[in-house]
Amino acid sequence: MNLHEYQAKRLFADYGLPVSVGYAVDTPDEAVAAAERIGGTAWVCKVQVHAGGRGHAGGVQLVDSTDEVRSFAERWLGTRLVTVQTDADGQPVNQIYIEARTGIERELYLGAVIDRSSSRIVVMASKDGGVEIEKVAEETPEKIFRVAIDPFVGAQSFQGRDMAFQLGMEGNQVSQFTNVFNNLMNLFIKLDCSLVEINPLVITDAGDVHCLDAKINVDGNALYRQDGLRSMRDISQEDAREVQADAFGLNYVALDGDIGCMVNGAGLAMGTMDLVKLHGGNPANFLDVGGGASQEAVAEAFKIILSDINVRAVLINIFGGIVSCATIAEGIIAAIEEIGVGVPVVVRFEGNSADRGSDRLAASGLNLIAASSLVDAAEKAISAAGGSA
Amino acid sequence: MSILVNRATRVICQGFTGSQGTLHSEQALAYGTQLVGGVTPGKGGTYHLGLPVFDSVRMAVEETNPNATVIYVPAAYCKDSILEAIDAGIELIVCITEGIPTLDMLEVKARIGISGARLIGPNCPGVITPGECKIGIMPGDIHLPGKVGVVSRSGTLTYEAVKQTTDKGYGQTTCVGIGGDPIPGTHFVDVLGLFQQDDATEAVVMVGEIGGTAEEEAAEFIKSEVRKPVVAYIAGVTAPPGKRMGHAGAIIAGGKGTAHEKFTALEAAGVRTVKSLADIGEALAEVTGWE
Repeated sequence: MNLHEYQAKRLFADYGLPVSVGYAVDTPDEAVAAAERIGGTAWVCKVQVHAGGRGHAGGVQLVDSTDEVRSFAERWLGTRLVTVQTDADGQPVNQIYIEARTGIERELYLGAVIDRSSSRIVVMASKDGGVEIEKVAEETPEKIFRVAIDPFVGAQSFQGRDMAFQLGMEGNQVSQFTNVFNNLMNLFIKLDCSLVEINPLVITDAGDVHCLDAKINVDGNALYRQDGLRSMRDISQEDAREVQADAFGLNYVALDGDIGCMVNGAGLAMGTMDLVKLHGGNPANFLDVGGGASQEAVAEAFKIILSDINVRAVLINIFGGIVSCATIAEGIIAAIEEIGVGVPVVVRFEGNSADRGSDRLAASGLNLIAASSLVDAAEKAISAAGGSA
Repeated sequence: MSILVNRATRVICQGFTGSQGTLHSEQALAYGTQLVGGVTPGKGGTYHLGLPVFDSVRMAVEETNPNATVIYVPAAYCKDSILEAIDAGIELIVCITEGIPTLDMLEVKARIGISGARLIGPNCPGVITPGECKIGIMPGDIHLPGKVGVVSRSGTLTYEAVKQTTDKGYGQTTCVGIGGDPIPGTHFVDVLGLFQQDDATEAVVMVGEIGGTAEEEAAEFIKSEVRKPVVAYIAGVTAPPGKRMGHAGAIIAGGKGTAHEKFTALEAAGVRTVKSLADIGEALAEVTGWE
């Protein structure tokens, strides 16, 4: 689960990480009031969306008057921001964040992720912070300093100190950075994060270490024990169909093709999409109905797939494991009778009671196309969608 | 021969009396697995499916002398259950449950590393040596005792691969589902090493998916250590970057872990890759020369 910058910064403050004074607002009047409350004459306005690349897209602006604050708020609130990390429609801007402006001496990078290869939390830092960090990582990986956290003893101050010196810090900055390092790791573990990033971490013109941005991703599997974080979910930033699917225990990801796919199991679902593509078709989605593929799940899956107006055929690929294909056939028939399906549906059953399932579908009188194999299913779906296989 | 489990494997089940534990224990017993008991705290001293139930793994170990355990407890309790099994000295721990918090797995993984126990999973279908021992949720009847080792990150995708080797009449020595999580207890390289040393395994089918670098690491390992033919399929060519595809592990981040990179690494290691999952059986016939 992603958090907004303003939410992440509140959590940063709770964990003793140095952040600027700021307020999230959703009207131009509040934006001006927030700037006045912060005081001074220099602020930063930032749109709050779940996507990077905001600066390049105009979603971050340095302002020097409350008039400018107002016009930024009027310009962005209620619109959508398109960045290199969003799709062509962009993300809705429902809130903007007004923050006191910080004088910057230099920009650094600090981030932490779970590294699969070493099975450790790995902290990364670089002298080259700011917008080009991905390029730095790719072209000059030696400029990224890394340290792994031992799961038994946690982050240690010496690791933070060592990193501070590598980053060229001096005087008070070393202990300030070490505190940031320790507090960041404390936050990472206490809040079940999968990623935390401060880009940029800056040295201010007063010489202090300061967090100018904040990005937190929380492990969705751990939300059951993160009461304070669950309410921070902003579904306006997520794909509506993915949210709906999630509510029914389905796993759906929209793609841009015309063949709707309904498959049991995530790996097989990906494999089915790949097969459609390999035979010249274009999958409209990834959808895992789960190992059980109950009638409710199948009906809901149909509704979600068919809510995509580009879908011209549906391919159902079920490998019956413990669950019988005959049971799933009943679910498919009931779902089609319940919601009405106007496009051709190709069904491939394999495994447990596959023949009985196919017989049941054939006897239903519904317009279902039976497939005898994986390849046959892909080809029939492509041809039913109007393409040539 | 086989790897990890065989007809002598004595298995207990943690989460034995729950709905999942009950369903799959019944199937395991029907398959002939030597299930010797189960654990459900608070139900010790009772019997379930004709087998003794214990309050703790330690008690189950003292009474039934198992060498493997299968875990069906809910995700929130899995860390505790796996650590309990390690503490009780069980050699092989198979965790089927999906949805375990990643930070829990980091602690579990570190503990496994110094214990000498082996963890398969979590978020996996389990392990089966056809005709001898089935631990997990895979359908037993698609398997056939034989000569192919199967290792996979996916559930139903594994069944496709298995079915093709069965339809060809080759059968399997052992099939291992290592699971789709970002932090699995056992990696491809571990299982590939075991298959290399198993005389009965004549060829290996490896089913990977996008995300992480486990397939690339497997390619390095195959190049230097594996002297048997390997056929590999990687799911997720069509997955868009940055999108999560169901398995927590199947996410492409920053251009790393794409299907293309994995195919390239495996091909460079001499592995026969297939772009269509329907071609696994056929490719196996080609690389082995089997009828």
